[in-house]
Amino acid sequence: MSVNSQDVENNSKSMTSYLSPVVREIQPSGIRRFFDLVSGNKDIITLGVGEPDFITPWHVREACVYSLERGFTSYTSNAGMPELREAIAEYLYNSYDLKYDPKDEMIVTVGGSEAIDLALRALIEPGDEVLVPVPCYISYSPITSIGGGVPVEVETFAKDSFKLKAEHLQARITPKSKILILNYPSNPTGGIMTYEDWLPIAKVVEENDLIVIADEIYSELTYDHKHVSFASIPGMKDRTLLVNGFSKAFAMTGWRMGYVCGHPDLIYAMLKIHQYTVMCAPVMGQVAALEALKNGLREKDHMVESYNQRRRLIVQGLRDIGLSCHDPQGAFYAFPSIQSTGLSSEEFSQRLLMEAKVAAVPGNAFGGGGEGFLRCSYATSVSQLNEALHRMGQFVHKLKQG
Amino acid sequence: MRQISELKLKVLDLLKEDARRDPNLLATLLGATPEEIAEAIAELEEDNVIVKYATVVNSSKLDDEKVTALIEVQITPERGRGFETIAERIYLFPQVMSVYLMSGAYDLLVEVEGRNLKEVASFVSDKLSTLESVLSTKTHFILKKYKQDGIIFEDPEEDRRLLISP
Repeated sequence: MSVNSQDVENNSKSMTSYLSPVVREIQPSGIRRFFDLVSGNKDIITLGVGEPDFITPWHVREACVYSLERGFTSYTSNAGMPELREAIAEYLYNSYDLKYDPKDEMIVTVGGSEAIDLALRALIEPGDEVLVPVPCYISYSPITSIGGGVPVEVETFAKDSFKLKAEHLQARITPKSKILILNYPSNPTGGIMTYEDWLPIAKVVEENDLIVIADEIYSELTYDHKHVSFASIPGMKDRTLLVNGFSKAFAMTGWRMGYVCGHPDLIYAMLKIHQYTVMCAPVMGQVAALEALKNGLREKDHMVESYNQRRRLIVQGLRDIGLSCHDPQGAFYAFPSIQSTGLSSEEFSQRLLMEAKVAAVPGNAFGGGGEGFLRCSYATSVSQLNEALHRMGQFVHKLKQG
Repeated sequence: MRQISELKLKVLDLLKEDARRDPNLLATLLGATPEEIAEAIAELEEDNVIVKYATVVNSSKLDDEKVTALIEVQITPERGRGFETIAERIYLFPQVMSVYLMSGAYDLLVEVEGRNLKEVASFVSDKLSTLESVLSTKTHFILKKYKQDGIIFEDPEEDRRLLISP
């Protein structure tokens, strides 16, 4: 029987009725929409990339290759290789003063994304509200919905350097509130939280009996202040699921290596989902992650220094162009306001792409509060950044001339 | 040796990547003033830490490609001055690009550049081998340069990232 393309198309259309209503309702991400615009455009300088421009340090790649040569190709225990979990525990203790037992308080996951998904699926009962400070990483709200929860946005503002404020959090709490997702240092704003910033948040969390999913994937990328883990705030460890991974600090995005730490009861529940879905994280990635933790801290420091230099360059450059930009203290994003141009985020980004050949992600892709802003990643070379700033300067000048 | 400041080390790192970066750019990257950068560079030059600003050339892209040889040289050290006199005698030849004192099976590694094979060969036989304290030479011609001074000539690492990602 032959099948022509028309049949395939008709067939695929009819199949949508089988989909779950939740999945049917979910919109593709704003980043994805913008990606479709960008692909096919030539000679673009991109500030749209949410990952390091470094390649995974050589010794990490080499450790992985060598392990394959030696035949490391089997399953590992569900929670991850014991020696990797021990190394993670040691690293968290040395870096953030956090004590986790590698035996029953930790799972090595397929990226931080799986860890967040596990946490939400283990915790959400249908209708539970999940508080999400915005603008935020694009996945939190959709995966909350997929898990049967209701995402509730808590706005943060440029005037507060995009820090989460206790009064704004408190205002969105209802009897159905159960989970708070935190992402500091923040993608897309580059905002961070200090110890003093966390204290009033911890109070709200405690008073309202919330569980916190702290996505601290950018924890190594802070500049003038050292990262303070939410789990390290007194009283918060047991109600926090700490999510972290190797993608950003060690330039290992494609390896999909993450981990989650927390109270044994929660970890045990999440491990059940993990073992029935992915079984374990890929062994070669785990070997690489172990090498990164053992011997990669110097390279990491070098990369952080390099991001810091470019951060100064892009913030200064954006301000020179006439776009106001708060001082991002973490991750590798600048989040300038484009409100002075009178254009919406979408329109500004599209015209910047078409007229100046610079790709940056419109702020509204990151949820409420992102409108009027632009996410500019500075994980790119100094010469590319300089050229992008030059082009943006000409574009903004032309806009303001009318 | 004098302790070098952190700022100077960072300036050196950035100039080693690209010597054409101007003090204003370095100042922005390092969160310093252009005056501080200019002063740091002036001192680095004065102290001969920055010896020269050179250009790394991929000569295989040029029509007048040169021939380069690495020559292992065994010598008799001189009483009181060791290898210094003979090293100086060798590095003064304009054909000689670099001279290193080595541990191991030979004493000096000499890099020689010439217009063609014959020119290098005659330098070795007429000038180098005939020096009084030179015991032996072993010449290795470079067939192709893949990487020099940390810079890969062919196939620079490309950015494989998607143009937009979360």
